[in-house]
Amino acid sequence: MNIAVSRLAFNRHGVWAIYKFEMARALRTLWQSLFTPVMSTSLYFVVFGSAIGSRMTAVGGVSYGAFIVPGLIMLALFTESISNASFGIYFPKFTGTIYELLSAPVSYLEIVLAYVGAAATKSIALGLIILVTASVFVPIKILHPLWMIAFLVLTATSFSLFGFIIGIWAKGFEHLQFIPMLIVTPLAFLGGAFYSIDMLPPAWRMFSLFNPVVYLISGFRWSFYETSDVGVGVSLAMTLGFFALCLAVVAWIFRTGYRLKS
Amino acid sequence: MLAIAPGPMLSLTPLLCAAIEKMTPAISISNLTKSYASGLQALKGINLEIRQREIFALLGPNGAGKTTLINVVCGIVTPTGGVVVADGHDIVHDYRAARTKIGLVPQELTTDAFETVWATVSFSRGLFGRAPNPAHVEKVLRDLSLWDKRHDRIMTLSGGMKRRVMIAKALSHEPQILFLDEPTAGVDVELRRDMWALVRGLRERGVTIILTTHYIEEAEEMADRVGVISKGSLILVEEKTALMKKLGKKQLTLYLREPMVVVPAALAAWRLELRAGGNELEYTFDANESSNISALLRRLSELSIVFTDLNTRQRSLEDIFVSLVSERA
Repeated sequence: MNIAVSRLAFNRHGVWAIYKFEMARALRTLWQSLFTPVMSTSLYFVVFGSAIGSRMTAVGGVSYGAFIVPGLIMLALFTESISNASFGIYFPKFTGTIYELLSAPVSYLEIVLAYVGAAATKSIALGLIILVTASVFVPIKILHPLWMIAFLVLTATSFSLFGFIIGIWAKGFEHLQFIPMLIVTPLAFLGGAFYSIDMLPPAWRMFSLFNPVVYLISGFRWSFYETSDVGVGVSLAMTLGFFALCLAVVAWIFRTGYRLKS
Repeated sequence: MLAIAPGPMLSLTPLLCAAIEKMTPAISISNLTKSYASGLQALKGINLEIRQREIFALLGPNGAGKTTLINVVCGIVTPTGGVVVADGHDIVHDYRAARTKIGLVPQELTTDAFETVWATVSFSRGLFGRAPNPAHVEKVLRDLSLWDKRHDRIMTLSGGMKRRVMIAKALSHEPQILFLDEPTAGVDVELRRDMWALVRGLRERGVTIILTTHYIEEAEEMADRVGVISKGSLILVEEKTALMKKLGKKQLTLYLREPMVVVPAALAAWRLELRAGGNELEYTFDANESSNISALLRRLSELSIVFTDLNTRQRSLEDIFVSLVSERA
């Protein structure tokens, strides 16, 4: 009976314990976790929305201020998901408390579920807060709310998985900053967070299509205004593809114990 | 098909379980090897059975493989070869059941600095798959004199208190097997005494305890059996009392009033040596031949050899340990 139970079991208490621990960490630093991104989003609105935006024409029938909202939410989603998840798993490695996780009766799937679930929860909450903040500055309409939620959840989960991978790979705190700063932020800025890639010269536009972030932002923006740089189906496929890729890397990490176990 | 005779089956089950529990070793390790990527062979074919409800002390110099052995059993280090079974559950294939039974107090003081004592101990209980039980957490904290500190953040605690927190975490899920890796390293006398009392109390409740230690005194005081590990191999596993009897020599030192130049021929029947420039007469004997002492003393008085004081001492586990390890070196 014991063997049967242990094979079928799902350690829900364990998953809940990790999830609660990670959420508590965010609540302890609620001020930084929420105020910082709300502040920086407001700054974007002042600069791009009001100062520059007032001199810009509408993009695809949407005022420039409203046009950048989905891109801004995505930008926050990328960076926050990565930093939450990477820090969450890196910190126990750094302090040594990872011993407890490795010696506990939790499966790899449960560990990922708890850490990634908590990181995604936090960044989704943040995305929604930015949405509310943005609605103070510009009129926003969401034509496909279910698709909007789907893209939000899928992107937050994928980038949390990506962050989890970075956290396991990282050998120092500087590594945690390295990928978000040097890869993700440039890709997001060049991925149409603040413009439609239709506005680019043809050669540069071709080049942009190799940037995976273009598809994520485009799909998300489509769910708001039905304007998109690429077909929404392509966007969804790319998002799912990125999700699957991260999942595969995480599975490999746990199978080999990469940088977790000797 | 199993339900043909439910009555007798049901009544047999507890008996059967009790019998199986007696037979199943707490930990069974066969041909365990561990080689690190650096080429270091940390464990070279360890075979060891830990009995249910015993206190087993694992001794060995730094780098002998004590912590590696513990970390393999607890799931922190992946073994290169061999099988480990904890309470009947393979630690790799049936890791969930195996790990639920095991508690670990690691050597390093690694704690979540920002958490409160209560939160971190409750976290550990959940992590090991147990439903919340504030009464049990309270009992563990009270047993470890942590109750008054339960709302304190861990970073505000002293080193000794942090050590108690680590033990509380390991006991939070009511493990049947407890590993204590150097539990009293850098711990004051009071906490060490408390710890020993706690370990004895746990054993009385049916917990099997495996501890590694540098302090031989600790093994001597606590352990039922002792294992000595050196350079990745177990070189000895023995009942502590048997080991002490077998290898423990006793010495009687007589402080003479008049110094001697040579041991008189009349005393040749005893293993005697002169020390301290002939001022001390030292008699070395096995622990089980102590009856010869009275004969020696009678003979001395017949020979009018007067002594002002005497002293006996037993060769400690430490001496035994040092000679064992240096023999191998």
